Amino acid sequence: MSSFISYLISGISLGSVYAIIALGYTMVYGIAKMLNFAHGDVIMVGSYVVYVAVSGMGLNPILAILLSIIICTLMGVVIEGVAYRPLRNAASPLAVLITAIGVSYLLQNVALLIWGADTKSFSNVISLPSLKLAGGSIVITGVTIVTIIGGILIMAGLMLFISKTKTGQAMLAVSEDKGAAQLMGINVNKTISITFAIGSGLAAIAGVLLCSAYPSLTPYTGAMPGIKAFVAAVFGGIGSIPGAFIGGVVLGILEIFGKAYISSQMADAIVFGVLIVVLVVKPTGILGKNIQEKV
Amino acid sequence: MKNLKKIISVTAAAAMVMSTVAPVSVFADDATFKIGGIGPVTGAAAIYGQAVKNATELAINEVNEDGGINGYQVEFKFEDDENDAEKTLNAYNALKDWGMNILVGTVTSTPCVAVANETAADNMFQLTPSGSATECVANPNVFRVCFSDPNQGTAAAQYIGEHKLATKVAIIYDSSDVYSSGITQNFTAEAANQGIEIVSSEAFTADNNKDFSVQLQKAKDGGAELVFLPIYYTEASLILAQADSMGFETKFFGCDGMDGILGVENFDTSLAEGLMLLTPFAADSTDEKTQNFVKAYKDAYKDTPNQFAADAYDAVYAVKAAAEKEDVKADMDVADICAALEKGMTEITLEGVTGDEITWTEDGEPNKAPKAVEIKDGAYAAME
Amino acid sequence: MEKKKLNKTTKSNLITYGMVLAAYLIVQGMIAGNLLSNLMQGLLVPLCVYIILALSLNLTVGILGELSLGHAGFMCIGAFTSAAFTKATMDTFTNAGLRFFVALIIGAVCAGIFGFLIGIPVLRLKGDYLAIVTLAFGEIIKNIINVLYVGIDSNGIHFSMKDQMSLGMEPGGKMLISGAMGITGTPRQSTFTIGVVLILVTLFVVLNLINSRDGRAIMAIRDNRIAAESIGIDITKYKLKAFAISAALAGIGGVLYAHNLATLTALPKNFGYNMSIMFLVFVVLGGIGNMRGSIIAAVILNLLPELLRGLSDYRMLFYAIVLIVMMLINWAPKAIEMRERLFSKFKKKEA
Repeated sequence: MSSFISYLISGISLGSVYAIIALGYTMVYGIAKMLNFAHGDVIMVGSYVVYVAVSGMGLNPILAILLSIIICTLMGVVIEGVAYRPLRNAASPLAVLITAIGVSYLLQNVALLIWGADTKSFSNVISLPSLKLAGGSIVITGVTIVTIIGGILIMAGLMLFISKTKTGQAMLAVSEDKGAAQLMGINVNKTISITFAIGSGLAAIAGVLLCSAYPSLTPYTGAMPGIKAFVAAVFGGIGSIPGAFIGGVVLGILEIFGKAYISSQMADAIVFGVLIVVLVVKPTGILGKNIQEKV
Repeated sequence: MKNLKKIISVTAAAAMVMSTVAPVSVFADDATFKIGGIGPVTGAAAIYGQAVKNATELAINEVNEDGGINGYQVEFKFEDDENDAEKTLNAYNALKDWGMNILVGTVTSTPCVAVANETAADNMFQLTPSGSATECVANPNVFRVCFSDPNQGTAAAQYIGEHKLATKVAIIYDSSDVYSSGITQNFTAEAANQGIEIVSSEAFTADNNKDFSVQLQKAKDGGAELVFLPIYYTEASLILAQADSMGFETKFFGCDGMDGILGVENFDTSLAEGLMLLTPFAADSTDEKTQNFVKAYKDAYKDTPNQFAADAYDAVYAVKAAAEKEDVKADMDVADICAALEKGMTEITLEGVTGDEITWTEDGEPNKAPKAVEIKDGAYAAME
Repeated sequence: MEKKKLNKTTKSNLITYGMVLAAYLIVQGMIAGNLLSNLMQGLLVPLCVYIILALSLNLTVGILGELSLGHAGFMCIGAFTSAAFTKATMDTFTNAGLRFFVALIIGAVCAGIFGFLIGIPVLRLKGDYLAIVTLAFGEIIKNIINVLYVGIDSNGIHFSMKDQMSLGMEPGGKMLISGAMGITGTPRQSTFTIGVVLILVTLFVVLNLINSRDGRAIMAIRDNRIAAESIGIDITKYKLKAFAISAALAGIGGVLYAHNLATLTALPKNFGYNMSIMFLVFVVLGGIGNMRGSIIAAVILNLLPELLRGLSDYRMLFYAIVLIVMMLINWAPKAIEMRERLFSKFKKKEA
């Protein structure tokens, strides 16, 4: 029983990391209607910034995280402006997807040149003590607690931001219909820029939490969690903010339970298998809206 | 759209023309040995390729300063293979175009098997620093510096059994990696002979290498006295940290892929306290040869050399020794160089950084003693 | 006079075939004249593999109008089934040419069957959901092959998902697939000529499908599913047909790939989602639905990293930049407008 609870906790802590990454993913997808394949790599760059600031320059962790958020936000805006915006009205929505892949390669290789291929051990910037339950047989780390709380706060914050602020409403309008939004006097370019800024800023936070939970940092650190978070976002119903959070947590628990109770060799196959079953039964994900197709 | 096609076709045609023209081989007056290297310097395995690239370059510079091999200077060129069996053939062909006559590579096992097939057909001498899979040296023209996977798996089980380190052992390995699954297979087979009970054998994959809580929990629940980690140190550093945070106290035992864990930038070495590993190379060993190598490497590349670098460094000196033994000349035919070096390799005894007296058998395997070290106070200490 | 005037599509198709043949002849000529570097000669078969994959994916993306991110999975199935067959029958099936042909059929059929089976649940989904499910299938296939152990001895074929020992093989047995170590020792039978023949076969299949009754039905579904359904087109049937054919063609690419390497492993690098995405890059860069474009894009994007070898460490960085720039030039509405203005100026001058 105690191992079941440990597995559950590991699942939640892994899942909450996926969830935070998925929030950024789904935010960008929901508004700009594009899969930003480079999101995982923005996370990686954000983590390196924190790493360099804390371990190299001896900056206070909070300042380092702020610095990382600023840099990632700027990066998000620049990437959007240079690589994605010119393709927004391209003949096929796939064009911008491919550019995103190009950006992903670019960020990985820039990181490789700047920081080298060797693994950096990320020092945990969250100095919260672990919570020990049941006489020490169940351990919840400080990072897990922060990640879960952080995830819920970010989720709530995003939902409030979108429903209560003018910019948020503009984002909703843009996501519904760009042309109509433009006619209503909304600056579409600016709105999408802001979306990327927020999404990338979230990526910086996700990076810190990812690397605090799993402290190894290489130029390819962001790629796989990025894809997993994408899966999580789809799982929860892509575009839906609470869906991304739930999708992330469910994915993490599934992954750990699959390893624990079925086969550790086949963990990936199990996770993806469940994903397929869920999507086949409910084609728009757990919380996705079912849009009726019209002629 | 038509114009677009035009642009693309023109660019394509231009690219084709520029790239397809075969290089005209120029025979310089003073011939040199052209040693080629292949390994991943981009992609997830880049760290191993870069170590080999640097160390080979370092050794070749030293050899050149000392007057070269048999009086001939040595040129070096390294090509990226991204740890991919297909790209590695491109790298090999690019080196052939350059005029390579000896190959020191490849770095990783899967590409190594693919290239070994080509070098056998071309009669090109190949010495792989770190291609550890059995099939890497299947051909007579291929030798290696590192231990083979079966050799390491068996040696680790024997060591644990003979020194009575543990009777209940758990394994955590990478099922998507040739090196790791190769060692695991042989370790498991030998463990039975050594009276070692394997309480859990859990895998992870390259796509799933962040969270090890399940694998560790199973080891803990099985009552493992020792956890065998036939994996590379990147994942191992995560495993050690997670074992610590879940309060799992046990012994850890690794193979040569574990070497480098103390060099991970910013790594809390107290986590690795008590970690044992079988490795022929230890960067802080006190013998003069190793110290000189480590110092030169650090001066040149601002980094501590790992196992891969050490293997590559020895590889260059092995080629030098074999070439001098058989009096190989740089202007000889590639196939003649190969035949001579094949013979020479079995005759030399190398004082290397990965072994005191390394000799090679005809089937390409090195004879050297694996050393067991334990990490004490953040440094390697030799074990009995 | 009317007879001689070929219709527009036929003409365009003939140009495509002609382009492949001309490229083949030029390359053969260069090989004969010893003008081709080793690097380029080594690249010929991989180029064929990627052209076939690009064509196959273009059938799914361009003609069927569905986004698949799992094509590397079908390629993987074709590669492993055919290589296992070749390995198993290497000693008994002595006619190498015929054996390769059988391997080719096996690879294509197995991949096609998987395409069909996967297509049944998957093709109900749309857009990005379909993309993610195909990605998931690709990853599942890769994961399973990595833990699959298959051996053959006098008692027949043994399977295990655990390790080599649990196969319980007799001493004289031969391993076909050993988990992560994959298949080693497959003879290198793929040649440039075979590759080009297979490209032509693939082109023939794809172009004929497009210009057939079935093809028009498939494109009708792509353009407007509901309208197509309302005129009585059986959506599931046509979608499955196109998807299975596309998977089988990817399987052919896999066979060619497997028989070009002495070692075959299912790594994230060669059969992971990154590879599937790479195929998509060929298709999009070359023009969705444009077969000739796919061929050209596959050639350029595969040659590019090799041409950039001179940049050593900066190679992949440059590759990424070139990819982004090419996408912007080819797809951005503003860039297209500018280009057209430029070209019209040229044309005026010529006139």
